[in-house]
Amino acid sequence: MATLVIAEHDNKALNDATAKTVTAASQVGGPVHVLVAGESCKAVADAAAKIAGVEKVLLADNALYARMIAEAMETLILSLADRYDAILAPATTSGKNYLPRVAAKLDVPQISEIVKVVGADIFERPIYAGNAIQTVQAAAGKKIITVRATAFAKAAEGGNAAIEILPAAADPGLSKFESEALSKSERPELTSAKIVISGGRGLGSGENFKLIDKIADRLHAAVGASRAAVDAGYVPNDYQVGQTGKVVAPELYLAVGISGAIQHLAGMKDSKVIAAINKDEEAPIFQVADYGLVADLFQALPEMDQELAKRGY
Amino acid sequence: MKVLVPVKRVIDYNVKVRVKADQTGVDLANVKMSMNPFDEIAVEEAVRLKEKGKAGEIIAVSIGPAQAAETIRTALAMGADRGILVKTGGEVEPLAVAKILKAICEEEKPMLVIAGKQAIDDDASQTGQMLAALLGWGQGTFAHSLELSDGTARIAREIDGGLQTVAVKLPAVMTTDLRLNEPRYASLPNIMKAKKKPITEKTPADYGVDAAPQLKVLKVTEPAKRVAGIKVKSVAELLDKLKEAGAI
Repeated sequence: MATLVIAEHDNKALNDATAKTVTAASQVGGPVHVLVAGESCKAVADAAAKIAGVEKVLLADNALYARMIAEAMETLILSLADRYDAILAPATTSGKNYLPRVAAKLDVPQISEIVKVVGADIFERPIYAGNAIQTVQAAAGKKIITVRATAFAKAAEGGNAAIEILPAAADPGLSKFESEALSKSERPELTSAKIVISGGRGLGSGENFKLIDKIADRLHAAVGASRAAVDAGYVPNDYQVGQTGKVVAPELYLAVGISGAIQHLAGMKDSKVIAAINKDEEAPIFQVADYGLVADLFQALPEMDQELAKRGY
Repeated sequence: MKVLVPVKRVIDYNVKVRVKADQTGVDLANVKMSMNPFDEIAVEEAVRLKEKGKAGEIIAVSIGPAQAAETIRTALAMGADRGILVKTGGEVEPLAVAKILKAICEEEKPMLVIAGKQAIDDDASQTGQMLAALLGWGQGTFAHSLELSDGTARIAREIDGGLQTVAVKLPAVMTTDLRLNEPRYASLPNIMKAKKKPITEKTPADYGVDAAPQLKVLKVTEPAKRVAGIKVKSVAELLDKLKEAGAI
């Protein structure tokens, strides 16, 4: 039987996490179908149809799915579940919200945030903030899985899947969307950026994050933060990198004024290159950094800005 | 309005976990155990609702070994009124936990269940959502703030792009994120008082639930270790190295 991937998107564009989840789905086996649930999201379905390895795209275009509210997503996915052996969603705040409901209703355990497909029913997933890796074998019955997208390569483009239009499933009427306050940024998205620069408590204020912003603009980098910086109100919650925030794995992760608590390391230690600037030479961040600079960030960041300008960035 | 708060006993947040040499799990012997930090936030939120006169009785439930009674005592010392300990041996998967909690909810009829968004041991982030689905209730996960009025919970949620507010009909399940509140430390008099608060002991069988795990853990291993790199002397040298590595 086939494998279903639930697409992550904002009704306008397909999020990269989808093509990465398709890679995991192809490794699980069977033809891969993608469900695009949203409102006025035909462009997203068209983009999903172009992912190589996708055999069919299911499009549920209805106001009910505009924000992918969990209760409505549960009913929709359950209406399709008979057709599939495995259902995968990216482990975004959206996938984590609706997929456990589906698993519970199908009376099967969910396997959360897999980072590797070892065999069709054997998966690796991090536990204890990534301080241990658990290898689990799925139970009999359907496999319900969330995927840590950063652990998988993006499936290539070049597909030409058919798009099947789905009717909306029933509205459970349990909750409704009221409002959204999204961080606006011209910078790349944190989880898919090639370079991420994160600031910690060492920045001392939200105002001082401007020092990081300047470097980020020169390097076309996304800006992240440690939990301490978010808790202190320097930056919004969606900046948080770590065990309970976002997991990133960019080409370069530059940690500035971040001590490197295990919960933070859990969110960035799979980055290709890690660099750190911290005035405390004993900071744990230096134990995982490829390049460490012991310096006062209030001198180092302006200097880096000038140096980058000199070098034509 | 009754509020139910599930609390889990986990390895303390500050402990560096060690994988056992035989790859069967992590070493729990002689390790400090505490209440899952997200569950502390859940208890705090319930107690604040009670202090504002919006909640009546608060029931803390723990599903785990006999020592999970200590975790319930912590919740009672923070301000919960009574506890239910469902004793199990070994690991219990989120689905089984959700089934037990469902049975308890059917008995106790809370209007709101406040759970942690994930436990910091298995990092599954499933129980609250599963419980809501099994009960046929709505949910507000990863809560940043909560407002109760007219049979509705208005919950601002921490989502990948920022904040999203949903209105959920009560009864409902809410799961807590970090910024919802800052949990209090229990005072000594409250710790003493908590010793007198009742804890009812149960087993999964009392609720007709088979708590045996369905997933098979084949092994637990150490993650690939990163080795510390080099220290550079200046910003210019750092940029040189990053350029050499092809990172910028």
